[in-house]
Amino acid sequence: MTETVKTGLLFAAAALLIVLDGTVSFGIFSGSWNSSLTILNMGLISAIMALGVNLQWGFAGLFNVGIMGFTALGGLAVVLTAMPVTEGAWSAGGFRIVGGLIFGAATIVAAVLAYTKLSAGRARSFTVLAILVVGFFVYRGIFDPGVAAVEEINPALQGNIGGLGLPVLLAWPVGGLIAAGAAWLIGKTALGLRSDYLAIATLGIAEIILAVLKNEDWLSRGVKNVVGLPRPLPYEVDLQKDADFIAGAASWGLDVTTASSLYVKTGYALMFAAVLIVLLVMAQLALKSPWGRMMRAIRDNEVAAEAMGKNVTQRHLQIFILGSAICGIAGAMMTTLDSQLTPGTYNPLRFTFLIWVMVIVGGSGNNFGAVLGGLLVWFFWIKVEPMGQLLMELVTSGMADGSALKAHLLGSAAHMRLFMMGLVLLLMLRFSPRGLIPEK
Amino acid sequence: MDFLNALVALANFVLIPGITYGSQLALGALGVTLIYGILRFSNFAHGDTMAFGTMVTILVTWGFQAMGISAGPLPTALLALPFGILATMALVLLTDKAVYGFYRHQKAKPVVLVMVSLGVMFMMNGLVRFIIGPGDQRFADGERFIMKARAFKQMTGLREGLAIKTSQGITVITAIIVVAALFWFLNKTRTGKSMRAYSDNEDLALLSGINPDRVVMYTWLIVAALATIAGTLYGLDKSFKPFTYFQLLLPIFAAAIVGGLGNPLGAIAGGFVIALSEVTVTYAWKKVLNYTMPDGLEPSGLAQLMSTDYKFAVSFTILVIVLLFKPTGIFKGKAV
Repeated sequence: MTETVKTGLLFAAAALLIVLDGTVSFGIFSGSWNSSLTILNMGLISAIMALGVNLQWGFAGLFNVGIMGFTALGGLAVVLTAMPVTEGAWSAGGFRIVGGLIFGAATIVAAVLAYTKLSAGRARSFTVLAILVVGFFVYRGIFDPGVAAVEEINPALQGNIGGLGLPVLLAWPVGGLIAAGAAWLIGKTALGLRSDYLAIATLGIAEIILAVLKNEDWLSRGVKNVVGLPRPLPYEVDLQKDADFIAGAASWGLDVTTASSLYVKTGYALMFAAVLIVLLVMAQLALKSPWGRMMRAIRDNEVAAEAMGKNVTQRHLQIFILGSAICGIAGAMMTTLDSQLTPGTYNPLRFTFLIWVMVIVGGSGNNFGAVLGGLLVWFFWIKVEPMGQLLMELVTSGMADGSALKAHLLGSAAHMRLFMMGLVLLLMLRFSPRGLIPEK
Repeated sequence: MDFLNALVALANFVLIPGITYGSQLALGALGVTLIYGILRFSNFAHGDTMAFGTMVTILVTWGFQAMGISAGPLPTALLALPFGILATMALVLLTDKAVYGFYRHQKAKPVVLVMVSLGVMFMMNGLVRFIIGPGDQRFADGERFIMKARAFKQMTGLREGLAIKTSQGITVITAIIVVAALFWFLNKTRTGKSMRAYSDNEDLALLSGINPDRVVMYTWLIVAALATIAGTLYGLDKSFKPFTYFQLLLPIFAAAIVGGLGNPLGAIAGGFVIALSEVTVTYAWKKVLNYTMPDGLEPSGLAQLMSTDYKFAVSFTILVIVLLFKPTGIFKGKAV
């Protein structure tokens, strides 16, 4: 069996799972297109994230465990781009906040400049410290009143500065840009460290980004969530009132409610698939280009590549930014799909480590592998729960009804998820470390 | 008088919680640093190892409570602790046999082992959630306070009270005992010395006839004990929740790296540096400043540098600063 046939078969299997879930109502399959398309949509987004991680890990060997942070930044981009401007927020305190942030950034730049320009010694330490301490208090002095003013505006619904009111699709590239900017900052400081230091650094950054989203209510309304984000597709309720749509649904033999929700979900699936294909083509071209070969050469032997005149740190920075930008785009797409930003739901196990499972299972270093891993692992992530339920029912079938153990086992079946994912990851690493579709 | 009041307030809100948290982090970081020094990888499953040990301790505690066994004024969990340690030892030895051993014999790259530890992390996390559920568990019993704020006020006549919780006292005392025992073991016993030799230079240690399997086994046993003790102390002091333990990974790693990965002394210092700075930066200084500043200059706000939710940011900033200026940590750690 050639590689191409095998790849084709694996993708066909993934497609078959989605179709089965839509048509067959047996065992783990729900038999509802609605749920099957929901899985497909998140699967496509996961595939894009996996593509981004594969770029960093598969091409360049960078161990980034801060994916959650970049995803969350993508989500923030949707709020900042697509939400309407909160009335009066800018005049009340918006400019003050921006001024405060600029001043804060200037303080850090000044401290860095002082550190690099002055000669080492006690004088330098004191200057840098003085710049930072004074800068911090001035920054808080400018920043805090602005925040208080913005958060006072209609706190039940708004209390944030809102966005720019631009079309929501624009938020996807913006999400990529914001994530890329953050990646540049992080890469500048953390790349060049050893691999596990980079991992810990990115893990920390992701937590910080999330802390900012959860606490800076003026920006993202924190844990109060931003709901009702604009959508690129019509609302189901509007479709259900549309005469043409009702007629169309009838001709397909569907009731209007199901048809409207299928219509929207299929629309999202097509949009996500388009983005995925564009990114996949670009990643494939990059992989095959001299640039891609250089990246793999650096990954395989940094010392040799450096000796050949390649600027390893610079190339690492480049690919770190690219991969993170892809994760940012995916994050923006996900928030668009949910049409709400809920900073409280971001969890590193789900948004960072699960993506890693996808890349490893699919095959690191192979773009098709990453995409396949994204689709398959997401399907199983959703389906492990009914599987666990079935398993537990089987295990407990012999037990007396009403026994505490039986109730506990049945009630805890949902937590099998993490366990199973860990098991899959370990089995793959042990028996097929190159993944389902290995690197060529 | 004002100065004394300020000092007491500082001790009550910053020093005592900081030192307690620091001891817990130090014990956690010791585990991470030992694995790094001897098995040569960053163990992402450490937080969940702590959670597993604590979970077993909690279950045994509940069993004891149901049987009516208690430790008097001390929390029952202390009696249950040895069982938690034993169960965790069994679990990590099993994991090593089933998972890590294979890669060690292959001499796999450290990053592969880190990835493997991610898988172990997932499985342990799932296991803990499966057995005890994802919710909050409180299992502290016995006397709640060694010193109550009101008693302190009556005793000294100061306006500020000083409260010391039993869990805080136990944490510090246990940490001191455990650290002393660990250093005695590493420096004085034959096995401890062979562990240090193995950590310093693997090949040389093998040449001198040190049995690597034995070294690895002892390391896991010690790590299991440290993790369970750290986890139980943290749970007694705050509360037990699987996800919180997973999140402890970040300050623990920060502590281990700040101190110098692979260096036990550094892990302890790192733990206190991280804990005290987290508490200091997120503490509202209003009270202390009210006592110390001259009249009229008292702060109007809370005088809090950062909100408590940014405590991860604090440990992380320290981590970055140390990595940029002294990549091997305060005490010279390994830099592979």
